[in-house]
Amino acid sequence: MIQRLWHLFVRNLDGPLLLLALLLMLVNLAVLFSASNQSVERIIAQLMNMSVALTVMWLAANISPQKMMGLAPPVYLLGLVMLVGVAVAGDVVNGARRWLHVGVTRIQPSEIMKIALPMMLAWYFQRQQASLRMKDFAVAALLMALPLGLILKQPDLGTAILVGAASFYVMFLAGLSSRIVWLMVIAGVGGIYFVTHWDLCIKLFHDYQCRRVATMLDPMEDPLGAGYHTIQGTIAIGSGGVLGKGWLAGTQTHLDFIPERTTDFIFAVFAEEFGLIGNTVLLVLYLLVIARGLFIASKASNFFGRLMAGAIALSFFTYAFVNMGMVSGILPVVGVPLPLISYGGTALVTLLLGFGILMSIHAHRKLVQS
Amino acid sequence: MKQPTLLKDSSEELYSFQSRLLIALLVVFVAFGGLVARFVYLQVVQHEHYQTLAESNRISIVPIAPNRGLIYDRNGVLLAHNYSAYTLEITPSKVGDLDQTLTELDKIVEITAKDRKRFKKLQEESKNFESLPIKTRLTDEEVARFAANRYRFPGVEINARLFRHYPHGDSASHLIGYIGRINDKDLAQIESSDQATNYRGTDHIGKSGLEQSYERELHGTTGYAEVETDAGGRPMRTLRTRAPVAGNNLVLSVDMELQKIVEQAFGNRRGALVAIEPASGGVLAMVSRPGFDPNLFVDGIDPQNWKELNESDDKPLNNRAIQGTYPPGSTFKPFMALAALETGKRTAAQAIADPGFYNFGGHRFRDDKPGGHGYVDMYRSIVVSCDTYYYQLATDMGIDAIARFMGELGFGSRTGVDVDGEKTGVLPSPEWKRKRFRKPEMQKWYAGETVSIGIGQGYNAYTPMQLAHAVSTLANDGVVFKPHIVRFVEDPLTSRRRAIEPTPIKTLPLQQKNIDVIKRGMIGVNTEGTGARAFAGAQYVAAGKTGTAQVFSLKGSKYSEHGTKEHLRDHALYVAFAPAEQPKIALAVLVENGGFGAQSAAPIARQVFDYYLLGKRPATPAVEDDSAGDSQ
Repeated sequence: MIQRLWHLFVRNLDGPLLLLALLLMLVNLAVLFSASNQSVERIIAQLMNMSVALTVMWLAANISPQKMMGLAPPVYLLGLVMLVGVAVAGDVVNGARRWLHVGVTRIQPSEIMKIALPMMLAWYFQRQQASLRMKDFAVAALLMALPLGLILKQPDLGTAILVGAASFYVMFLAGLSSRIVWLMVIAGVGGIYFVTHWDLCIKLFHDYQCRRVATMLDPMEDPLGAGYHTIQGTIAIGSGGVLGKGWLAGTQTHLDFIPERTTDFIFAVFAEEFGLIGNTVLLVLYLLVIARGLFIASKASNFFGRLMAGAIALSFFTYAFVNMGMVSGILPVVGVPLPLISYGGTALVTLLLGFGILMSIHAHRKLVQS
Repeated sequence: MKQPTLLKDSSEELYSFQSRLLIALLVVFVAFGGLVARFVYLQVVQHEHYQTLAESNRISIVPIAPNRGLIYDRNGVLLAHNYSAYTLEITPSKVGDLDQTLTELDKIVEITAKDRKRFKKLQEESKNFESLPIKTRLTDEEVARFAANRYRFPGVEINARLFRHYPHGDSASHLIGYIGRINDKDLAQIESSDQATNYRGTDHIGKSGLEQSYERELHGTTGYAEVETDAGGRPMRTLRTRAPVAGNNLVLSVDMELQKIVEQAFGNRRGALVAIEPASGGVLAMVSRPGFDPNLFVDGIDPQNWKELNESDDKPLNNRAIQGTYPPGSTFKPFMALAALETGKRTAAQAIADPGFYNFGGHRFRDDKPGGHGYVDMYRSIVVSCDTYYYQLATDMGIDAIARFMGELGFGSRTGVDVDGEKTGVLPSPEWKRKRFRKPEMQKWYAGETVSIGIGQGYNAYTPMQLAHAVSTLANDGVVFKPHIVRFVEDPLTSRRRAIEPTPIKTLPLQQKNIDVIKRGMIGVNTEGTGARAFAGAQYVAAGKTGTAQVFSLKGSKYSEHGTKEHLRDHALYVAFAPAEQPKIALAVLVENGGFGAQSAAPIARQVFDYYLLGKRPATPAVEDDSAGDSQ
């Protein structure tokens, strides 16, 4: 009896993915303990976040891809309506309008779009699968532009990058012509580079116009702040060396030099204490997650599953690459957390929801085929 | 979808999908490879470099405060600037016994009791680890003497700093405002607006006037220097700097020369004047008297000066032009007349026979002229300022219609001029009364209260800015501009100017023929009416209206200027614009307790117009002596 229940409980879970998620969360707790100056409250709070996120993952794993497809349009519409709601009546925190009151709690609708938008696009491509034409990609571009524009207006450059990247992956995997793929990559990368590099902008436009664009997209943008973050981040990483200074022994960390060291800049703490070896291990863990995701995509039974799984795996890659790139000073500072390691519940839930969807797609691969 | 014909297609499609997955995987490998390369560079190649940086914590980021923007008047006269000077500063937390240190310090550089008091006040308002000035503007000799003795005073140092200076002293002080040291309240404000990093290294912030309302423009962007320090934290060399971006300059629409002429004309009387360019809403002069010296505030005001300014009966810190509210008196009449024409309650030709009083509800409302003005049509009602005419008119129109029309002209709401602290004043209406009072018997509007509203008395209370704004709108034939003091915001490097555009907010739906009637009446005031004496021999046609606002109700007995205490005397008002045919300037003057408007307020307006239109500077002060005029 108990055995049967257990089987029912775990049958849709994917072993390798679950193991990787748990390993990464273990790293999360270890680094967070150090970064928060050994705050037990922080650890407890993060454990709560994790249990919520794991529950969400389990739920998602037990929803069949068919049901998920049915949910795609209403969830997308709901997300869109809430984004409009944010634009009209959202709460302003730190100069950006991102939060929406819903009854007792407040939520960040842009976060929903990280899953809802790629899901909507995958749903649309699945329906048109038999005869995918340029027109369909134009529709997809429109479906993508609406929420993206609203998120940029909030402004929230970090989330916009993640949402934009996820939907780009769907289109790419759906077979968008390679010429347009290049065009989108160049436009996207160029655009991000441009708005995060003042000196270039100032040469072409008025100073105050650049400032307006920059603050419009990212209110945290200020040369002193961003420059300071990057300098301290690279010092922490570089001083870690090959072996690292050891757990709880990072001097940069404990002398308060690293700003936002439990959230967006937690990688600086990790790299200082665990060194090049730690970094490599972390990269391998991430690579395994991505590879597993792409494997699930290649085995998926239908177009929707394939696109969704591929997009989730590659989004995960985007999180990791952008965050580590910005902390180590090769990418501009935009607000993107380190996946499964940065402190905070929202990103954790979204990421594990993605894991759950991957698991569901994998678990149902045969059911559909038969 | 599972039709056999599609099978080939979907296997092809599957193939293409998998090749795209492979491409993606390749991109992932390349990107992660890039990260590995970066990590190897930082953690192996550059490891020693960063190791030393981290170990001795050699790098500190030192903010470089930007230069604050300058303020100029419309002709380029400098109103606020910065200069560099040495200050003696103390960091209280690094000093053991503060009193002992101050006593020792006094032997080298004179520290007055005033300096000590000011420092105590600063210390209460700030955090202990901040470096606070004990004495500013040191002479070279003092600097040299302290430098020789520096080793004896840990926690005391000399710094070169930029100081704000207002070269015109108490002139235009309310308008320009002043900066002061950032206190806890400012800090909270800075943090909530997400400016905290930009204010690292900044000690001062705008506290009033334009310095406050244009803080964002004036402040600029803080730069930083990456400085290598030795073990003791002293800077050794600068590795990299990011230059600060200086704050923008402000170029005002105010004419400082005009401003000073007005201030002189006021002498030592209290009051306010606002002059506006009707075609743009640009403020040409905004005077509030008495003024104060804004330089006193820059480094923290000493308690004695503060007490004098704050507790003076003359309230020099009040900006009367936008914060003082006064009944407009008879200057309200042209607007009442316009309301009558627009609502159709009167025609211009309709006349009354004025017996010198108006009876309403068993109460006798007196006209200023005991026997009455006789036959009075609308033109004469303005020219001779006939109260009886407006008592009747107000009753005929009713309070609601009056409030609606005056509200459109901006009475009772902020004009939106670009300095903070503007008052709304009171536009009386039954609704206002309901909100204002709590007792039910006080909340009711009595018809008798409407009567004196018609002559600008009763609950009416407006700022001189509102009055000038309304006159400017009238002069402009109903096109409403938002008044603004700043004309351009100027980039100090490129001198590129961004105009604060004159934006017409709205155009009131007024009939030109009605406006013309009112303007004719106001011209008549200055040619044959209450303003004729002040405007005798003027080389331009000015339209105006005198007013006298009661401070103290005399309950029927005759008002006598000499028999009434100075601060209970009536306020004198005057509103005007010129040249009447194509107005270049519109203004409102108020002289507190100045008696009749024709006598003390109108001559100030004459001097303003003479200077602004003809370039003539006044030879004699604008004050007329106390020889009484019978005008109102």
